[in-house]
Amino acid sequence: MGSLIACHDCDLIQRLPHLTEPGTVQCIRCGAVLHQKKRNSIERTLSLTLAGLVLFGLANSFPFLAFKLEAQVRQTTLLTGIQELYAQGMPELSIIVLLTTVLAPLAQMLCMLYIVLPLTFKRIPLALPHVFRLLRRLQPWSMMEVFMVGILVSVVKLSKMAKIVPGIALFSFLALIFILAALTASLDSHLIWEKWENRR
Amino acid sequence: MSHDLKTARNQGFISCHTCHLLCRKAGTDAIMICPRCGSRLHQRKPNSTKRTWALVLAAFIFYIPANVLPITTVTSLGIAQSDTIMSGVLYFIKTGMWPIALVIFVASIFVPLIKLLILGFLLITVQRKSSWRQKDRTRLYRITEVVGRWSMVDIFVVTILVALVKLGALASIQAQAGAIFFCAVVVITLFAAMSFDPRLIWDTKESLNE
Repeated sequence: MGSLIACHDCDLIQRLPHLTEPGTVQCIRCGAVLHQKKRNSIERTLSLTLAGLVLFGLANSFPFLAFKLEAQVRQTTLLTGIQELYAQGMPELSIIVLLTTVLAPLAQMLCMLYIVLPLTFKRIPLALPHVFRLLRRLQPWSMMEVFMVGILVSVVKLSKMAKIVPGIALFSFLALIFILAALTASLDSHLIWEKWENRR
Repeated sequence: MSHDLKTARNQGFISCHTCHLLCRKAGTDAIMICPRCGSRLHQRKPNSTKRTWALVLAAFIFYIPANVLPITTVTSLGIAQSDTIMSGVLYFIKTGMWPIALVIFVASIFVPLIKLLILGFLLITVQRKSSWRQKDRTRLYRITEVVGRWSMVDIFVVTILVALVKLGALASIQAQAGAIFFCAVVVITLFAAMSFDPRLIWDTKESLNE
């Protein structure tokens, strides 16, 4: 027998079946996803987080895009645009872009690491509920996949004007998007709460 | 259909927002803390309709300058040209890049507006405690939650253009006030979607009188 829960979208009380195989449980009334059981959730999350952090380091330390017009070349990193917006007197914009493309994804991965690294060694991290709550708050503000579409549009827009050369950071960035998407889907929150509840 | 179905609310329970533990409700005005994860418990998101209305209206107001004011100015060999969101879309259509024009139009003009209209519609039906097509309305809410972030595309395009096109007198691009208003619209609508509580859709006259 599973536990009783209320659907987070329609408040209906129902019994959550205890899944032994990977699968998804949906609310019987509104169809909201109530639980997703993953195979090796914690190990998978850990490996994705580590991969993500390495790619994040690459994406932020190598040239991102270069712009060639006649004899002039301008090389940029991920942070150049943010600095430039700040210099142009748009601090609000630069802070939002910094938050959504750098800080939120980084903090998201660090929170994940904080949660799953001790769990792989059968330890329960301190203040786990706080970190988990922070992670949930951060998720809507991590917008790397949207930034990628922004890159695509800008490259098309400038392609008539000059030559655009992609850098190493761009490819790391592309891989990072998939890692982040897989990462958000791989953490089984019910499992985490079960472990927290049985910590003693 | 809602007569025989038990919700946490009509059974005197509260579901924790963070860890989804089902907790028995204490007295009426008591501040409650989840015994498992320590989060504050609320039966519904606090002041959900009021907050969401305020944010929706604020976003509507900012939507106007966001579309009227220029978002960028391109200076090339001393000639400056300002672009609004719509003139950017028209430029892509004129140069034959209609898929890009469509992406920008949908992300920057259509999505923010439709999101505000949907939230307004949900708020009105919730306040009337309507039981009309609740499942579809919940689905509509989920769409607004997922789709809103994609409106940031234009802000990111401005960021990248500003970074790349900086070649002194030859060519440079400046961000303009319209971009700030547009960014404000996107951020405010994200907050609006977060403050709306989809469970209100299911709090109809019948389910509350039980």
